[in-house]
Amino acid sequence: MSDATSNANTIDAPTPEKGIAAAEAKNNPVLAADGTPLKKSLRRALRAQKLRALMLIAPLLIFVLVTFIAPILDMLFRSIENQIVSDTLPRTTSQLSEWDPATDELPPEAVYEAFYYDLFAAVEARQHTRLGQRLNYENTGVSSLFRGSGRDLDDFREDQVEYIEDFSPEWEDAGYWLSLMSGEGGEDFLDTRRDAILALIRESKRSPLGDLWCATIATCATAPEDIDIGYTPSAEVIDLLPRTSEAYADFALITVLEEEDSIAEEEPWEAVYVALAQDLAETPESELAAFSGPQAQALVDLKAGLADVEAQSFRDLFAQSDDDWVTPSPWRTIQTYAPAYTTGYFLNAADMQKTPDGPEFRPENERIYGLLLQRTMFLSLTITFSCILLGYPIAYLLSNLPMRTANLLMILVLLPFWTSLLVRTSAWKVMLQQQGVINDVLVWLGLVGDGSRLVMINNQFGTIVAMTHILLPFMILPMYSVMSTIPPSYVRAAKSLGATNWTTFWRVYFPQSVPGIGAGSILVFILSIGYYITPEIVGGTTGTFISNRIAYHISSSLNWGLAAALGSILLVVVLALYWAYDRIVGIDNVKLGG
Amino acid sequence: MAEQGNGEAFVAFERVQKSYDGETLVVKDLNLSMPKGEFLTMLGPSGSGKTTCLMMLAGFETATHGDILLDGVSINNIPPHKRGIGMVFQNYALFPHMTVAENLAFPLEVRKIGKAEREKKVRHALDMVQMGEFGNRRPAQLSGGQQQRIALARALVFEPELVLMDEPLGALDKQLREHMQFEITNLAHDLGITVVYVTHDQTEALTMSDRVAVFNDGRIQQLAAPDELYERPQNSFVAQFIGENNTLEGTIQDIADGRCTVRLDGGELIDANPINVTKPGERTRVSIRPERVEINKDRLGEGAHTLKAKVLEFVYMGDIFRTRLRVAGKDDFVIKTRNAPDQVRLKPGQDIEIGWMPEDCRALDAH
Ligand SMILES: Nc1ncnc2c1ncn2[C@@H]1O[C@H](COP(=O)(O)OP(=O)(O)O)[C@@H](O)[C@H]1O
Ligand SMILES: [Mg+2]
Repeated sequence: MSDATSNANTIDAPTPEKGIAAAEAKNNPVLAADGTPLKKSLRRALRAQKLRALMLIAPLLIFVLVTFIAPILDMLFRSIENQIVSDTLPRTTSQLSEWDPATDELPPEAVYEAFYYDLFAAVEARQHTRLGQRLNYENTGVSSLFRGSGRDLDDFREDQVEYIEDFSPEWEDAGYWLSLMSGEGGEDFLDTRRDAILALIRESKRSPLGDLWCATIATCATAPEDIDIGYTPSAEVIDLLPRTSEAYADFALITVLEEEDSIAEEEPWEAVYVALAQDLAETPESELAAFSGPQAQALVDLKAGLADVEAQSFRDLFAQSDDDWVTPSPWRTIQTYAPAYTTGYFLNAADMQKTPDGPEFRPENERIYGLLLQRTMFLSLTITFSCILLGYPIAYLLSNLPMRTANLLMILVLLPFWTSLLVRTSAWKVMLQQQGVINDVLVWLGLVGDGSRLVMINNQFGTIVAMTHILLPFMILPMYSVMSTIPPSYVRAAKSLGATNWTTFWRVYFPQSVPGIGAGSILVFILSIGYYITPEIVGGTTGTFISNRIAYHISSSLNWGLAAALGSILLVVVLALYWAYDRIVGIDNVKLGG
Repeated sequence: MAEQGNGEAFVAFERVQKSYDGETLVVKDLNLSMPKGEFLTMLGPSGSGKTTCLMMLAGFETATHGDILLDGVSINNIPPHKRGIGMVFQNYALFPHMTVAENLAFPLEVRKIGKAEREKKVRHALDMVQMGEFGNRRPAQLSGGQQQRIALARALVFEPELVLMDEPLGALDKQLREHMQFEITNLAHDLGITVVYVTHDQTEALTMSDRVAVFNDGRIQQLAAPDELYERPQNSFVAQFIGENNTLEGTIQDIADGRCTVRLDGGELIDANPINVTKPGERTRVSIRPERVEINKDRLGEGAHTLKAKVLEFVYMGDIFRTRLRVAGKDDFVIKTRNAPDQVRLKPGQDIEIGWMPEDCRALDAH
């Protein structure tokens, strides 16, 4: 060839000169007109541009973050969150931490005592059934234990309570109690109790941002931490009668915050009387006499009088209420789930449970989630695969037909989207059931005997058929959009080069349609892995997915923590598969459109 | 090049017709034969049926009527992959998922040629288009001109005797296009292959081809060597389409012995060379190339006609002067004069006399 031809490829051909120039550029950075390195000034120029772009999309970005990311984070949080136990039973859980659950010994009396006061406050705040339900997920029967004993608490140490009430009419007077407990210096004590009670009744304090909002823009109701309880505890009484002060503060807080009543008019709880009796028994007479309040003599007299009234131990009282309280089992459960964060839901989702010896698998016959996850994967893969098999020829046809016919066919592909999902799924029920259309036709044709009609619904087969049908458009659309961008000249070129139809398809057309298959597969697989309504209707027991179980925990068993844990596992599995796909096929190879 | 008899034709179209929709004929009665080793260009405006003809030859479209013969054998029923025709597409059609070398090896692989042999041929083909170092690149990493070379190499690597090219240089810039034109013709002649080349660019057609078939409206308007086509267009379409031409309309007054007199619509009487007019009274278009018009009466030989003209515009173009005149009532008469030392430069408004040799003035049909 003549030398004129070298013209075109000198443009790209690497030459030694160019190599040297490139190496020099690497060592001495190129400078912009004002002397700063070019890279730096480019970055500065780009930064302003980026900032402007960011501000433009900021509203949308915030919207997406709030409505999309936040629920996911909430779900992840819920799957480990477990503050309810320590919030509801703060004193019990701290007392229980001393107890060794591995032994068969019962917890000490102090635990039962703390539990009495905790449970009393919880019952008054109507939170004990919630806790019972939560612990029931881990130890069946705890729920009824809590409910039953909650009813009996009023009668604990009844004799003492009645004795005090009968001792003098003043003790039944709300105002008398209020003046006894009121004084100076107990603000911090009240704040501590307020925090505990707010946690119990699940009210949150107002955030600094909320404070700002209320101070400047809106008029808000008083924040729970600012509501006036109606008294200031007396520091002296707190020292003198610690249990009573605590019980009375709990009573006061719940009465004001939850019941919205006034403590000047409400007679204290039985627990306050019980606490007073306990305190009086433990405080020497001399100290009581030294009390600066006008009630000093009354307290001394009451102490003397109460000495004759018998008080049963809290353990015995709980034992009378329910035998199960004198077995280690409920205490183990409370102790195991005392921490604010737990792996319990995840262990549960992995068919495991916590035992004193660490996590263990559940007995064989109680394991369901592993099986469900496996089944979900298997069915989703099968559905994806059958969608590829059915969708590929259709997409190919669509992309190779003249525009008008293709558009018509496309409408047929999209038609299912225009009918309700429920209708489509129910239609499959009609088609597939034993007295359904397909079986009738088969029997009529004589292919199947009337007695041996095929079971095609309420099993995996039903789920696969119905879901393949429902998800097929999600496979066809990305495939079609990729295939319609493959120019026909590639196929022609291959044929002109001597390739047979099959070779042309397999070596030239198919590799270029792979991105469409990839996109469709990811779409269908991820959709089907979380599908819920169709398996619910046609899946029976063997064809349901893990999402059906999640739905059950969200709407029926109300175990949101477990539902969140299962959801998180599903999310992780999907992300892992996505990652694997990226490593094997490459995500750049996924095209959803032109 | 002289017309070839059917006996030695390598490629032949015999009364080929093609319709896509059953209503209009895109190709109407196409007859064409070309010998081995010829470089033939199909030239014509867009939509004139060039690509359709090429596709029928390659086997991607079937002729509605007529026969296409390759080496004397009808190929109407042979599928495209068995025709052994190399093809270069306008968008190159390099397989994006294969490297350059794999692209080139593809036609050899499907022909079950052994690996060693294959590699040798691929290397040879790459060297042929001076792209030896680019075997491992993907098509997307190449510039347009480089992709074009690879597409050419791929069409040639399996040594076809016939290569079809459909506007292969359409996407390149002017300089690269001219360069590639040169390269393709050289390669075709060196390898002795037969080429059917499609373009709508007349310069490309004239510079590259042995013969040019001018297409319009589904018919070949003229099939001739470039010089013949330029200098002796057979009808007014070809005269208009190839190069620049001045046309004057009129009526045949007298016709005899390869000479005719034409009464122009402005009333002037001129002599002309009758090409496809037959009898007096017929309407005609007379066509004269701008560079065949003489403004220096002394240079005109015997029997030359002169007409009065008024200069409207004078454009200096470097190597030539382009002057627009009003002649016989028409404002678009253009003449081109060479920029020589003794050449006069005309001024707008000037009245002059122009003339030409009667044989350069061709009386054509009036369509
Ligand atoms: N596949 C097709 N279906 C229908 N009409 C076509 C098709 N291909 C080309 N045509 C029509 O045939 C005519 C000739 O087209 P074509 O051969 O591509 O012309 P050219 O290549 O000369 O520009 C045009 O009018 C075009 O619209
Ligand atoms: Mg074309």
